[in-house]
Amino acid sequence: MRVLVCIKRVPAVAGRITLTPDERAIDMKYLGFAIGPHEECAVEQAVRLIEEHGGESVVLILGPAEALEQLRDALALGINRAIHLVTDGEEWDAGSTAAAIADAIRDDEAANGHFDIVLLGNEAADSGGYQVGVRIGRSLGRPAIAGIKGLAVAGGVASAEQEVAGGRDVYDLPLPAIIAVLEGINLPRFPSVPGRLRAKSKPVAASNPARGEQGLDLVRLVVPQGVSKQAVVLGSGADAAPAIVEMLAGLGVL
Amino acid sequence: MGVVLVYATSTDGVADDVTLQALTLARGLAGGDSVHAVLMGDEAAASSLGHHGAATVHVAVHEALASGAPDARARIVGDLAGRLGAAFVVGPGTEEGNTVLARVAADAELPFAANCLRVTPGSPVTVLRQRWGGSLQEEAVIRADRVILSVAPHSVPAEATGGAAGVEPFTPDLGATDLVVRVARRVPAAAAGVSLADAKVVVSGGRGVGSTAGFGPIEELAALLGAAVGCSRAVTISGWRSHTAQVGQTGTRIAPDLYIAAGISGATQHMAGCKASKKILAINKDPEAPIMTMADYAVIGDLHQVVPAISAEIRRVRGV
Repeated sequence: MRVLVCIKRVPAVAGRITLTPDERAIDMKYLGFAIGPHEECAVEQAVRLIEEHGGESVVLILGPAEALEQLRDALALGINRAIHLVTDGEEWDAGSTAAAIADAIRDDEAANGHFDIVLLGNEAADSGGYQVGVRIGRSLGRPAIAGIKGLAVAGGVASAEQEVAGGRDVYDLPLPAIIAVLEGINLPRFPSVPGRLRAKSKPVAASNPARGEQGLDLVRLVVPQGVSKQAVVLGSGADAAPAIVEMLAGLGVL
Repeated sequence: MGVVLVYATSTDGVADDVTLQALTLARGLAGGDSVHAVLMGDEAAASSLGHHGAATVHVAVHEALASGAPDARARIVGDLAGRLGAAFVVGPGTEEGNTVLARVAADAELPFAANCLRVTPGSPVTVLRQRWGGSLQEEAVIRADRVILSVAPHSVPAEATGGAAGVEPFTPDLGATDLVVRVARRVPAAAAGVSLADAKVVVSGGRGVGSTAGFGPIEELAALLGAAVGCSRAVTISGWRSHTAQVGQTGTRIAPDLYIAAGISGATQHMAGCKASKKILAINKDPEAPIMTMADYAVIGDLHQVVPAISAEIRRVRGV
């Protein structure tokens, strides 16, 4: 089996988001970068599929030169090799991102045979577009499904599960297929030291695709006016219990 | 301005609230042109769409629509948008709405803007949309003859117009490729306790809880309040609790009357999931934790002492 997992390099935002002076990006002065949460689970799922079925796993990223860091993170978890679509750091919209990934898939498949499964995160943590997987599927003429929290593969069919009210809906997709997963489909492992060392020597193929026209074009980012409150302090430590219970009674939840 | 088509979702004969919200936003885009909606079966829901300003409700009738079939839905919406010459295709920013509209856009090779908060007609059309689960917003322009977008749930209040729609049932023309992706079977979930998404009170623990066993007192307090137990992402990635309990951008979005956050600092990822709570009580050792500026009530202290003390006080007050 061959599995491709597509990831994105996103700011590891914590408490408060501040913007760069041109308001087109998050100020990264005090922040690091990470693989998005849904995509961390997609990487884990790719590693598990190959552990179970044998074959090759490949990780793909579209991002600046520094995104090599996130490729190495995925390689450290057990992915076999990497494809880096290098950008100049400017944001790409979902349409141009999907087009570049679909082209890279065609190129890799021409040399190595098709990917049975292309995994992605359900939506990018930062831009939240909800569409790259579907667009790759359309471009390659393959079925695509999103919102997946369970996956089993047998006999050329991927059984992919969505959580719905009252249970799980199971889709049986003929392979090859495109599957966008949600965090919670698995609990990702942590990289081991030997894994980190091995990652350094795993192959990374880099290329520079053209960005193309932007259908959805970022003008500027806006930090929403949060309802900045100052919490009413009910007390300190266990002594606060009577005041808390009085508050609960006042809200009618006791 | 131009003809607007709304992709409508419904449950048992009633249009979903998120669809009525999307319809309310969509009405403002039509100008003098007409507002259409398309339902996937469930004709009974047409009246609520008319009541919220749809002039015509098209009802697609096909047995495949009972089983998910997002590509079939997208084919129906895309074909109808073409037939009507729609300038806008709008739907709810739910998992389902987003995946169907993404497919409509991919089929037509047009952009798709998910989870919009505001749409300004013009050439080009400008949108304000959510990023980071709503912690950040983006102003963007869409360059397309047909603008396809979803509306962020609960960002636009649904407003009724009191109108009545003309209802037009039709049989869609679907091909075999439209029906490849469909639900094969449903596996019922084991009956659980209070559902996180619907709970009136949620008691959550964060990194400060420290371990799986540390959730004992939180479960005890939740049981006393008839509440659901939640947690932060730090807890699930540590393996202390299942992801089904995670509140946040990549977990469950909740909107309880009261949210009790114990040992949770208030990271962006977490607050994206709980900011719709009516009231928030934060229990934290750190008076400078970011959650203190987002909570209504705060207790400064170690949750391992405060949480059992609340349970004891509730028992004392109730006389049990």
